[in-house]
This record gives sequence, structure tokens and C-alpha cells, in this order.
Amino acid sequence: MTTGKCYIAGAFEHPTRKAEDKSVAELHAEVAIGALADAGLSMRDVDGYFCAGDAPGLGPLSMLDYMNLKVRHVDSTDTGGSSYLLHVAHAAQAIAADKCDVALITLAGRPRSEGMATGTAPRTYNPAQPDAQWESPFGLTIINGYAMCAMRHMYEFDTTSEQLAWIKVAASHHAQHNPHAMLREVVTVEDVVNSPIVADPLHRLDCCVISDGGGALVVVKPEIARSLNRPRVKLIGTGTAPKLQAGGDIDLTYSAAVWSGPAAFAEAGVKPADVKYVSIYDSFTITVLIQLEDLGFCEKGRGGAFVADGNLISGVGKLPFNTDGGGLCNNHPANRGGMTKVIEAVRQLRGEAHPAVQVKNCDLALAHGTGGSLATRHAGATLILERE
Amino acid sequence: MAMRKIPAPKPNPETQAFWDAAAQGRFLIRRCTACGKAHWYPRKACPFCWGEKTEWVEASGRGTIYSYSVMRRAAEPYVVAYVTLAEGPTMLTNLVDCDFDALAIGQEVRLKFSPSEAGPPVPTFTIAES
Repeated sequence: MTTGKCYIAGAFEHPTRKAEDKSVAELHAEVAIGALADAGLSMRDVDGYFCAGDAPGLGPLSMLDYMNLKVRHVDSTDTGGSSYLLHVAHAAQAIAADKCDVALITLAGRPRSEGMATGTAPRTYNPAQPDAQWESPFGLTIINGYAMCAMRHMYEFDTTSEQLAWIKVAASHHAQHNPHAMLREVVTVEDVVNSPIVADPLHRLDCCVISDGGGALVVVKPEIARSLNRPRVKLIGTGTAPKLQAGGDIDLTYSAAVWSGPAAFAEAGVKPADVKYVSIYDSFTITVLIQLEDLGFCEKGRGGAFVADGNLISGVGKLPFNTDGGGLCNNHPANRGGMTKVIEAVRQLRGEAHPAVQVKNCDLALAHGTGGSLATRHAGATLILERE
Repeated sequence: MAMRKIPAPKPNPETQAFWDAAAQGRFLIRRCTACGKAHWYPRKACPFCWGEKTEWVEASGRGTIYSYSVMRRAAEPYVVAYVTLAEGPTMLTNLVDCDFDALAIGQEVRLKFSPSEAGPPVPTFTIAES
């Protein structure tokens, strides 16, 4: 058990959304400096380093070399966008095992400057990847894969495009207050369902933004957290799980959150109804809907009704989510939305979110990420965080 | 309407027999002789029981649409789909030669190989005549 054995002491989101004038390594270093300054620590304090596939080089080696960090613990677990939530869970384990005291986690990338067609172009895979030859010929992309999840959810549970649109509407209500957000205009359900279809049934406004930037976290042991002059955010539960294609026994209506969520809640000793704020991975509107159901915030199949009518809007609904505007409106750096999910949860627990979206008495928050594709292979990771 | 060009699959020693059969118009799936279950995508050891005695069998080519999506934002719109085969497993594929606006989950489909660019044909499906 790692419950309560570590704290998130530093969090930093790069303000850029387009970094034509910066290198990827430079962005990693900038977010590392930002997160350590936020914590009140220095590079000499870091003895654990965590990064994923967005970090250029062999595992963590090039980034450690570039930043000239001397550490005693490294981890380069890569599960796509959820990597950074797994890193927090792994940092907690490493700290509990006395393998490091101050863990630094960084993410950065510049898909926008590089003109990457993140969602609509089939990605190229190493042909040795065993699934590649069974997917590449068919033009599977990120968005048409998630669109198949939405199509099946609509078929089984009568979920509608209008219900999905409410998720974007809620994100836009939050993003209007974030000066760094890419999309700050408040949109309506009609705006979403009248935007062009990209892959049936998902519209352009069902999708997240493509942005450059990054973020970093500093995870520390309790003695260090207590010595710092910052509000204390304690990690009290974690759960991680992959979901795969099971030899062809495919069910697109649920995600790995059905396993990672209950594990995190059990470790934390709390239940969904106790949670005041959630950061939920939002590559697409359907991603949010499926994960909310799987995490137990509503019954499976009832997500459409749950998210409708502003239920996710801070100050309006019962479950404020992604109060920075999320990936849907604010930022999806390096096409990997997990880092910013943790950062906004930390802001909420510290009371440092924008006053217009700050949740009152926010003492318990959940951050959940999905990396990979809900349509094929992905890993979910759930963190439950408490203000001490 | 112009057809999307299908990139050639890249066979490996484990899957060469599948693509050789496809080139002859035969659609194979892999079945375990120990537990009896068919799986997708094909592999040597059974993903259900890890039994190592699996065999190629010719599939019926019949299935139903589990889910699908019309990719509209493409030079030539196309349909990705998961089709549940009569033999059990569900596979990723394309739906071809059909009215994209008349598709529905649960519809019966039948195998129709589509040519790839300078490679073996790939297993795609079209609506089965009732």
C-alpha cells in the first residue's frame, strides 16, 4: 500500500500552445524548472526522474543528460496519454520503497508546430508490432476508432450526440476563464452538433485541441512535503490497468477505468459520491462519458443523462470536471492529456484554480487518464488526491 | 467514387500463410485444437488458453456489424468497422461497395477481399444480400 506515503508538491503547466521557436528538450527543461520552482525545490533535490515516449532519446537517458540530473531512480513507462498518472503511482511506490525522495515527471511536445494530423491520419507503426498488419490496411485513426466506441454506446444505450455535446459545452464554460486556453469561446449544444462530422458520429467540436507545450509534477515523501511552504496535496489512492482486444472478444462500451477506478477508491477508502472535483481524460467527448460511467459516477449506459444540462459545469452541476477547459478547449500537449489532468486537480485542491471555476471546499479530487486508444489497446490510470 | 488506396499489409513468418491464402481468395482464421476457440488476430499460441496447437481453418466469411464509422474527413471517405465473425471473434475491417448512409449495427455482412497497393488483398466486408 502506498496510501498517504507521498505528496504532489510541485505542478507546472507550460503556458505556450504553439512553440515554433523551442525544441522539445527545451520544453521539458522549462516545465521541470517551473514545477521545481512551484514546489520550492531545486534541481539538486531531484533523485528520481520519470518520462514517457514524448521525451526524445533512449528512455530517460537523453533528457537526464540534457538537464544534467543525477538521480538514483528512473522510470520510462509509456502508455501514451495516461503515462504521467502511472508515473505518479510509480513514484509513490518508489518513495514508499525508499528508492527516491523527490520524483520529477516531465511531458512536452510540439505536434501543432510540426503540423501533425493527430487524429485523422493513420499512424505508422513498427511492422514488428503484432497488431500493425491487422490495423494499418484499414485506415484506423484515433478519431474513427473513438467514433466506433461512440456508435456502439449510442446503439446499446440510446446515447445521443446532444448529450455528448454537453461535455464540450461544460469544458468551454470553464475555458472562457483560462487566458492560455486555445478555445475560449463558450459554445452551445447546437454549435457542437452543427459542426462538421469528422468520423460518424463525432463532430469537429467533439474533439480535443492539438497543442504544443507540456507540464511537470514533483512528487515527494511526507517529510519533504511538510518542510515546504505550499498547500499539501496527498496521494491517497492509485489504480492502473490495461484493456486490450482479448483475442477478438471486443466490447467498446467500457474502458480500463472499470478496473483502475475501483482499485483507487478501495485504496483511498472513499467512494465516488465523496469526490468534489474530477479531471477526466478528454481526447473526445465520448472518452469522458465512458470513463465517468466506468469510475462509478453514474450507472453504465446512463452517462448521457448524467452529463446533460450542465452537470459537469463548476458552480452549476453536481460534478465539476476539467475546470481548466481540459483537452477539449484548453491544452492537449504532445497529444497526451494525462499530465494536465493531474495539474488542474492539484490547482483545485490547493484552491489555486481560477476563482470563477474554483470548487468550494475542494478537499477530495480524482484524476483519471486513458492512454492509447479505447478502440484497440489502452491503459487507464486513476489517482485520488486529498487536501491535507 | 474513387476508392481509398489500401496500404499493403506486412506479413511476417507467423502470418505469411494467412496472406498467401488471401492471395488465393481464401480467408483463414486461427483456431485452438485444445480449447476449440477461434481468435483474432491470428497468432501461434491460443490467446485464451496459451495452447500451442492452433491451426488455420477457412472461415465462412459471414458476420455482423458490431460497430462502424464513416471517415468523412478524408480525400475518399471510407468505413472502418468491427465485424463479429460467425466463428466468434470480432475483427477490425472496412465495409466496402455499400451505401455508407444506410449502414447499421447488427447488419449481416459477407467477406469481399479488397486489393491493397502492391500487396496481398485484405479481408473487407460488404452488406450480405437478404
